Amino acid sequence: MSVFWSELQEYFPFLLMGAKVTLELSFISMAGGMVLGFLAAIGRLSENRLIRWPLEAYVEIWRDTPLIVQLLLIYFSLPEFGIVLSGFWAGVLGLTLNLSAYLSEVYRAAIIAVDPGQKAAAISLGMSPFQVYRRLIVPQAFVACLPTQGGYFIALLKDCSLVSFISVNELLRHATIVISNTFDSMNTYLMVAVIYFCMSFTSARCVGWLERTLTPARRKKVVIKPIMSELAEEDKTL
Amino acid sequence: MTQASAPVLHLEQVYKSYGETAVLRGVDLKVFQGDAVFLIGPSGGGKSTLLRCINFLEYPDAGTITALGEKLCNQNRTHFEIASEKTLRHARARMPMVFQQFNLFSHQTVLENVIEGLITVKKIPKREAIILARTALDRVHMLQKQNHYPDQLSGGQKQRVAIARALAMDPPVILFDEPTSALDPELVSGVQTIIQDLSSQGLTLLVVTHDPAFVQSTAHTVCFCGDGYILESGTVNEIYGNPRTERVRKFIQSSGAHLT
Repeated sequence: MSVFWSELQEYFPFLLMGAKVTLELSFISMAGGMVLGFLAAIGRLSENRLIRWPLEAYVEIWRDTPLIVQLLLIYFSLPEFGIVLSGFWAGVLGLTLNLSAYLSEVYRAAIIAVDPGQKAAAISLGMSPFQVYRRLIVPQAFVACLPTQGGYFIALLKDCSLVSFISVNELLRHATIVISNTFDSMNTYLMVAVIYFCMSFTSARCVGWLERTLTPARRKKVVIKPIMSELAEEDKTL
Repeated sequence: MTQASAPVLHLEQVYKSYGETAVLRGVDLKVFQGDAVFLIGPSGGGKSTLLRCINFLEYPDAGTITALGEKLCNQNRTHFEIASEKTLRHARARMPMVFQQFNLFSHQTVLENVIEGLITVKKIPKREAIILARTALDRVHMLQKQNHYPDQLSGGQKQRVAIARALAMDPPVILFDEPTSALDPELVSGVQTIIQDLSSQGLTLLVVTHDPAFVQSTAHTVCFCGDGYILESGTVNEIYGNPRTERVRKFIQSSGAHLT
């Protein structure tokens, strides 16, 4: 046991360095995935087939092939076309494109789910389609799909471990290096699991906090019933 | 500029179908400044569609619509042409619509709902917009609820906020699509009184409703809409007291609202 603790002290900072790279990969890919996913969602809602169909193909291609295959293809094939990416950026590219396909479906559903009556009201005030998106659809849809997006972020955080296959020095790869020195696979993988758990758990809490902060008071615990009867009384007197 | 005698709203032979179903089959309608025109008639007769076509929430298939001095769509012998999106948006902002289901923006407070159109569409600075919005909210007696969210309001209050949202745009015309149909009976009169007040203050109103008492108390002109046409129009007394056609007579009798 004491051997384990001394080894842990020696290798833990090294594992954390890997975790830092994992977080970097996750945050950059999440940001990219959100932007591309949103654009793809809007495009898929277009009435123009020339916009809609290619995007449908895009979504299917990235969803229907394994992420690891996508990463290997990007890392090993792009250089053939003269595009040489480091493992890190190849990883970011693969994760971003893959995530954007999934998120576009999340966003598309959330956009469709915004009350058509409210959309009509916005249009009837004279808003342009862009203004309707900016002032009504995005604020409502983004908050509505925050929990789902949070879920995808956690999945992404863990999917980053696949990037170790294209020699990015993230958490899992650092763990393998530690094991090749210490031969203590059980304790090292256990540490890795704990670090992943801490990162995921913290993200889940953060998303929950974000959701509560961005959601208007109406969804916080407002006691509506007693208020309603009061209001009805006031209404009658007016 | 429109002349005083020209109608603020002029529809000529407006058609609209959904697939095989013809909903509007040649509607002619003139609405003059300060008029309170009420559209009545059986469900499915095209009243709401007509209103939505005037606001271009639905695009008509044929016909000419002139609103507030602008041609929104134009029909000549061979061509049907709809004005640019920009022209339509400009017109919508000057004849906003109040809906049966209120359709308040649920992520915004009452005040935010009312300043939304002012800031986003009319580009009025926020400070000024708030002053205008508060005036509008005061006119519908909802100023005390300005920081509430729609979910915290009763139906009647939501509809009054929706009226304030339209009113704040300072429009010459407001369109009402069954404004009291979704309200509990005891809340109806509050909303109707407000609409009545707007009319007496000179605003031009076009109202779709199923409530005969509301028509009789507020309408200047009543149009009976059925089978995709305006079958008859006249004053309250003419339509309810002495309808010219059998169709209208039957409808008035079955709704139990004929004047005695």
